[in-house]
Amino acid sequence: MVAVHKRQITNKHRFIGFALIALVVYILSNIVDEWRSFQGATVAVYVVAIASIILLTGYSGQISLGHGALLAVGAYSAAIAQINFKLPLLLCFVVAVIATSLFGALLGAAAARLSGPYLAGTTLALAVGLPSIANQFSILGGEQGISFDVGWPPMSFGAEFTQYKWFFWIATLAALISMWWVQNILRSRYGRTWRAVKTNEVAAELSGINIGRSKVLAFTVSSGIAGLAGALLAMTTNNVSPSVFPLALSFSLATGAVLSGVNTLGGVIIGSVALVAIPEIASLVADRWSGSESVATLLPDLIVSALLILTVFLAPKGPIEKLRSRHSK
Amino acid sequence: MFQFINTLLIGITAGSIYSLMAIAIVLVWRSTRVINFAQGGLALASSFVGAAVLEKTGSFWVSLPIAMIAGAIFSAAIEFFFLRPLLKRSGEKEQEIFLPIIATLGLLGIIKTVLNFIYGDRIGVITPPLSDKGFVISGESIALSPMRLLILGTVVVLMVVLTLIFQRTNLGLSLRASSFAPEISRLAGVRVDLIRTVGWAISGAAGATAGILQTTNGSGSISPESFEFSLLLVFGFVAAVIGGIESLVGAVLGGLTLGIILSIILMYVGGSLVFFAAFLILILVLLLRPQGIIGAKGGRRA
Amino acid sequence: MLTIKDLSVDHGAIRALHGVSFKVEKGQLAAVIGANGAGKTTLLRALSGLNKASQGQAHWGDHNILHSKPEALVRHGISHVCEGKSVIPELTVAENLDLGALWRRNRKEAVQSKKEVVELFPRLGERLSQRADSLSGGERQMLALGRAMMSKPQLLLLDEPSLGLAPLVIEQIFQSIRELTTAMGLTVLLVEQNAMGALKIADVGIVLNLGSIAAIGSAAALKDDPAVRAAYLGF
Repeated sequence: MVAVHKRQITNKHRFIGFALIALVVYILSNIVDEWRSFQGATVAVYVVAIASIILLTGYSGQISLGHGALLAVGAYSAAIAQINFKLPLLLCFVVAVIATSLFGALLGAAAARLSGPYLAGTTLALAVGLPSIANQFSILGGEQGISFDVGWPPMSFGAEFTQYKWFFWIATLAALISMWWVQNILRSRYGRTWRAVKTNEVAAELSGINIGRSKVLAFTVSSGIAGLAGALLAMTTNNVSPSVFPLALSFSLATGAVLSGVNTLGGVIIGSVALVAIPEIASLVADRWSGSESVATLLPDLIVSALLILTVFLAPKGPIEKLRSRHSK
Repeated sequence: MFQFINTLLIGITAGSIYSLMAIAIVLVWRSTRVINFAQGGLALASSFVGAAVLEKTGSFWVSLPIAMIAGAIFSAAIEFFFLRPLLKRSGEKEQEIFLPIIATLGLLGIIKTVLNFIYGDRIGVITPPLSDKGFVISGESIALSPMRLLILGTVVVLMVVLTLIFQRTNLGLSLRASSFAPEISRLAGVRVDLIRTVGWAISGAAGATAGILQTTNGSGSISPESFEFSLLLVFGFVAAVIGGIESLVGAVLGGLTLGIILSIILMYVGGSLVFFAAFLILILVLLLRPQGIIGAKGGRRA
Repeated sequence: MLTIKDLSVDHGAIRALHGVSFKVEKGQLAAVIGANGAGKTTLLRALSGLNKASQGQAHWGDHNILHSKPEALVRHGISHVCEGKSVIPELTVAENLDLGALWRRNRKEAVQSKKEVVELFPRLGERLSQRADSLSGGERQMLALGRAMMSKPQLLLLDEPSLGLAPLVIEQIFQSIRELTTAMGLTVLLVEQNAMGALKIADVGIVLNLGSIAAIGSAAALKDDPAVRAAYLGF
């Protein structure tokens, strides 16, 4: 092993970093239009969702192709908390996190005993199967779904303050808080345990780590974060229905995680921005070079799929690791 | 009673199609230790080829074999151009196990985009070659139609052919040996890389048949964004796992079991629970009987 | 003749074999002995194409055998039997044998080879339709040897055929190997932990230590060399 010289990064540096991001978002939110605000909110939602996958796959070594289902659990719990229990907004998000964590703990208990391809298939089956339950129980609102409404921004922010800007703020704040929490837990005893299990299960077990418990815990934490992402997504769509959580969402999130570099939490912004930016860039390109409408609608999918395959072949550890290894050479 | 028999008949027909998909998944798994999540997309692409041939020739009996050949070629090409270099590159490192999964997802995306580009909003139509009106027994129409009989017959014939290939031919011996012990097989002179590609090709043909039969058994039409084919993949996977994922016989039993259970749920419990039920069955099997219903004892190989 | 010149093999950053050179005449049985980690298995795996060599040359006759795939080398008359009874437990005995001859175009000759193997190991003949995992350790080793013979080899690479077998069975297996070599005019490279047993049947001996050749000579001479005895034979 070649020792890589690293500058010591302390929590203080990180806090300054987070504060800077918050400041940038604050400034951005004041200059951009509504559409950009909405995109910004979407990026923040993806940050939370993809961080949840990175925690699970990159740090604990468990694969999920069905994260959309976990987002759905969070979204439905938040909506039910609001509609049926009339809880205040903040508590709705808390309920989403707790409910999805519990669901994740159950799922994780099964998942901990499955190896890669089985887990991938099982989570895929979940993503296909779970949303359709909504048609079975009236409380879930069937195909039309139910609504989750965070309400108008407070009057004190002024009349200029748009709904989308409000989404942008809430989602960014939630993303910052959850990223802060995730990077702390990854540095904690638990995070080290997860990595030990991922690197070498036998060695981890011999050194006294309870592998099953460690994996279930990772699944639980990851699910909680996914639940938050689900509630945030429901906020931006204003609606919670099976069509908000199609299989394609799960695949997009997995794609985002791979593009971010599934082993590095820091890359999460790359995947999130890519998921939002690619469709927009693609439609710009299609408009310029081709009049065909079908090209414009198909180009994003093609680019995303091609990027996915390219990443697997050229930068299997993700773009950040790729740059790092190039530098250290 | 009458309703129950009909439920069983529907379940067996659907289940036999899941069996084919399960066989496709098992063949790929055995040859490469990879679950091909693009399998549903491959079946869809092959079915589109079948639909195009049907449109040109008007004959189901020409379109089915051509779709199978197309499926075999697509599948072999994926193995040859994507999976083989990828697996060579990542070597035996366990951690990289998610890379092939991601690669097959990317391929799925590309297949769908290409289909969308070619077909756009148009749909592929595969009209059943035989009547799908049920036979009438003592005045009541049962859920067994000439078309369903044809589906069952096709599946049975394919099973017999596959069994003969695997048990009686040198190719079959090579396929089995390469999946159990690639290194020993190479030392014995088997061209394992080539045999893998052949395994994928057979898998593609089985998947194509599953796709065509699923379409004739269902709506009769396919679109590039078909949810039905995602389901087919999931049901095939569940069936393969029920059967122990290593065994072709297991895949058939798993498919039939799943088909019957889902059909009963559909009839007596509620239609929208079917998809979730498949997930529950999968979890139950993995937790209670991870070696599958006919699998040997011992843990699962990753 | 097997000619190896300056052969080096790396496992990642670790060099497992350091510039090894030796020759084995046609029809000879050469025993490669040495402690665990001496590079014996690495040597065989490089010769049969399972591992890549980093440096050096190896020729079987005029044929350069490095950088070829195992399945290609089999077609050039080189058969390798891996460590630990290399049979496929899920297949029957007959299928395991057939596997070794699948590549042969001449089916009549393949059938003939099977007859010969069954004559050599009658125990296998009685169990042709049984699964290989129902065999005893010794029978499995016979099956592995038999499978290699089905490829009609001229050069046989054997990795620790005595591994995990009872002393009496080991003697039988060693005897069969000796008989095969003489009867079929084979050239054999036999890697063994059981140095004494291997040197007893071998014509020449090669002692490997930490990836280099420590001693080489006729098997009889090595067996009696006090230095070799003390360092590698353990008495």
